Amino acid sequence: MDGFGPAFAFWVLSFLTLISAGGVMAVRNLLHAVLFLILTFIGVAGFFVLLSAEFLAMAQIIIYVGAIAVLILFAILLTPRAGRDNGETRWAAPGILLAVALFAVVVFAIQDTNWATVKDSPDITVQQLGEALLQTWVLPFEIASVLLTAALVGSIMLVRSPEEEAEDALA
Amino acid sequence: MIGVEHFLTVGAILFCIGLAVALSKRNAIGVLMGVELMLNAVNLTLLTFSRFSVSSRPVAGQTFVVFVVTVAAAEAAVALALAVSVYRNRATIDVDKIDLLRS
Repeated sequence: MDGFGPAFAFWVLSFLTLISAGGVMAVRNLLHAVLFLILTFIGVAGFFVLLSAEFLAMAQIIIYVGAIAVLILFAILLTPRAGRDNGETRWAAPGILLAVALFAVVVFAIQDTNWATVKDSPDITVQQLGEALLQTWVLPFEIASVLLTAALVGSIMLVRSPEEEAEDALA
Repeated sequence: MIGVEHFLTVGAILFCIGLAVALSKRNAIGVLMGVELMLNAVNLTLLTFSRFSVSSRPVAGQTFVVFVVTVAAAEAAVALALAVSVYRNRATIDVDKIDLLRS
């Protein structure tokens, strides 16, 4: 990936993504943390464009920013007395230490490996992706749709109020 | 010159921030946000390998990311429903205070 454009985009996106991911960790208000999380998702979508996965960048924006972030916001608003507090548990220090240790190991592995890379992007079209999903990997695709249906039904069952369940038992 | 190492390092940093968030936050929704960050980092790494690796089937990496996103959406829906359900019963989603199974 040569030239000024991709390098500039990479550094700007790294800055945006990592600063906002750090914001998720650092801010005290949970709602602000969700806003930083949205910014991180957008930054990762930018990386997807840089890696020539335009379709997945769009999917990332629609699913993560459009659906999951809104879902998290709704969950925060539905748990009002739990507070907007984004504080740490007693076990925060060992957790952060573990994350730093893992980072050191992974960076060592990345630097130590001799990566055999191609120069040019494989240039995958949306058509190829669709054909792969509906021909080569059609069984996992169908299983994923069953999983989504089951998850939706399950989450509706979980959040039903006791009154609704009593009404259904009578009917 | 931006190479595969740069993208992998960004993915590693993002994953470790997500891990730190998931391990250290008191609010269950905060923990879930850490998990989402980790899933994003993994997707970024998968697409990096899909873009830079020598492969006879280059479309496989992107297909795998589609499945990861699907499972992440299902996981988020169920986890948030669980958080709301626990909140209804215990009036808290503080992961330190949800200890019904402790004898």
